[in-house]
Amino acid sequence: MRLWIVAVSLTLLSGYVSAETPEEKGLSIAVEADRRDSGFGDFTAHMTMTLSNRQGEKSVRKLRVKTLEVEGDGDKSLSIFDEPRDVKGTAMLTFSHALKPDEQWLYLPALKRVKRISSKNKSGPFMGSEFAYEDLSSQEVEKYSYKYLRDEEINGLDSFVVERIPAYKYSGYSRMVVWLDKEHYRPQKIAFFDRKNKPLKTLLIENYQQYLDKYWRADRMLMQNHQTGKSTLLAWRDYRFRTGLSDRDFNKNTLKRAR
Amino acid sequence: MRKLSVLLGLLLPLQLASAWEVSGYVEPELRLFAQEGMQAEQARTDVSLAIQPEFIHERGDHQFVFTPFARIDQQDGERTHADVRELYWLYAGDDWEFQAGIGRVFWGVTESQHLVDIINQTDLVENMDGEDKLGQPMIRGSLVRDWGIVDAFILPGFRERTWPGKKGRLRYPLVVDTDAARYESSREQRHVDWALRWTQTWGDWDIGLAHFSGTSREPQLVPGLNSAGEAVLVPWYPLIDQSSLDLQAVKGDWLWKLEAVSRNGQWRKRYAAATTGFEYTLVGVNDTAIDLGLIAEYLWDERGSDALTPFQNDLMAGARITLNDQQSTELLLGLITDLEYDSRVFSIEASRRLFDHFKFTLEVRLFNSGEPRDLLHGFRRDDYLQVALAWFFR
Repeated sequence: MRLWIVAVSLTLLSGYVSAETPEEKGLSIAVEADRRDSGFGDFTAHMTMTLSNRQGEKSVRKLRVKTLEVEGDGDKSLSIFDEPRDVKGTAMLTFSHALKPDEQWLYLPALKRVKRISSKNKSGPFMGSEFAYEDLSSQEVEKYSYKYLRDEEINGLDSFVVERIPAYKYSGYSRMVVWLDKEHYRPQKIAFFDRKNKPLKTLLIENYQQYLDKYWRADRMLMQNHQTGKSTLLAWRDYRFRTGLSDRDFNKNTLKRAR
Repeated sequence: MRKLSVLLGLLLPLQLASAWEVSGYVEPELRLFAQEGMQAEQARTDVSLAIQPEFIHERGDHQFVFTPFARIDQQDGERTHADVRELYWLYAGDDWEFQAGIGRVFWGVTESQHLVDIINQTDLVENMDGEDKLGQPMIRGSLVRDWGIVDAFILPGFRERTWPGKKGRLRYPLVVDTDAARYESSREQRHVDWALRWTQTWGDWDIGLAHFSGTSREPQLVPGLNSAGEAVLVPWYPLIDQSSLDLQAVKGDWLWKLEAVSRNGQWRKRYAAATTGFEYTLVGVNDTAIDLGLIAEYLWDERGSDALTPFQNDLMAGARITLNDQQSTELLLGLITDLEYDSRVFSIEASRRLFDHFKFTLEVRLFNSGEPRDLLHGFRRDDYLQVALAWFFR
């Protein structure tokens, strides 16, 4: 979290010395967004994913998520699957990092087995949905390089449009374009481009609610895949912040007893 | 089973007090064998039905779990069986756990066999792959520290391995007479075993060290006569000490794995066995969502042809295909080849979700053995196809 102080002071300083480059402006927007969202401590929430294919057939996944903010590193999280029924009790423990590969374990209740997951699967689909693992992992400033593109209005809000390029290995994207509203620095829309730089997916983020008078979380995230015609709607509910989670709630024992 | 009724007595009032979460599955299964069996009693088709409900109750830091299991089998009276897979109380402290009751524990990292996994007895009538386990009475204490997690087990009460009966397929020419089981310990099934395990993660590495002391889960099979005077195999369970190491490293798309055990008390001297290999994953083959995992493992047992396993010097090559689709379609192909004897086993395991609440599984195993000293020789006419459709309820 030190980096943003340096970056912000550099940006402020550069304002006096010379005009800010698009890269500097892009970074300072990301740093500010990160600053505004830091200090939440921990949260728990329920998530429902509705997967739709081109024919409109739907299937539903339900999970519960516990997340712990880690200072100076990526967050720790524990996801517990409730649906589909055949994967009920499956749980996933993730220690995410900015540039180092995430550490990830999956608990398979039928065998009572904890399996380490290869860190290269970042770009893989999460539970058959249009969300990749990397879309759902904790967003650290260092994960991308940035470039401010333009200002634009979206959802009636004045926004920055920023391009970001993954700095971590094994991403499925060449770049993303993010719309953040100027008032609260909340992502409103993200366009994803595949490794060949062709438009791949668009994520629309809607219904932001504010928690603890500070932290904004969206109730609805709709991911549309332009290449396959499939889409996934992520609906969040029961957000609870500062529930008293600590490091002790994120280890292989808590993974195995997660119900 | 007196302990069971005491535990049930403790749990039942809770059921009245507040809600238990109920879920589980019912699964009809069909097995088709390619050839007539070696024995006249054996049939070529087998229909069976399994049920496994799960009852969970959570109150604060207390967790109560009850998972009974039962199967009715058309052919084999031994495969028609029931078991309490889990029936325990678990208390979760801040950085410790205490668990008492019947539980299920898995240790290890490899795919082809599970040498290190020793707490639970194998429910062999369920599947010859040994991945189905019987519930084990246990008291477990667990501590979470910066230097790792330590689990200590006291295991009162031994569970005998299950074996196919006279009419069952996938068995030796002689039936294993489970009623005649003998033990090295004079306390027989009442011998109290113990185990200790330490696990730790350092970045890319996961390590586990364990020691088990007690009655071996793996019996020696001794030819004998049953009460009716027929030739049978009598299981003899020795007392053993086993130390084990399991190690896994994740390096990009490579998973490197090792399981090694050193066991004393089961053979003429202390012996070692190991499984080691890798799983290499090609993520998103040809820009699709499909993952292809390539698995290779070497299986070794110092006892050679004296080993109680057919995998004394074998190589496993496999492929795991994960479609990452809405139906979670998966396919696992594996071939285990004996490097010493003329013997191999090929298997296919596939699964796919249907209509949200159903899961279809398919399993094929083909045996090929021209070596009478190899344990798979007895299965050489037992090639089979198995299909099952599980309905998950709640």
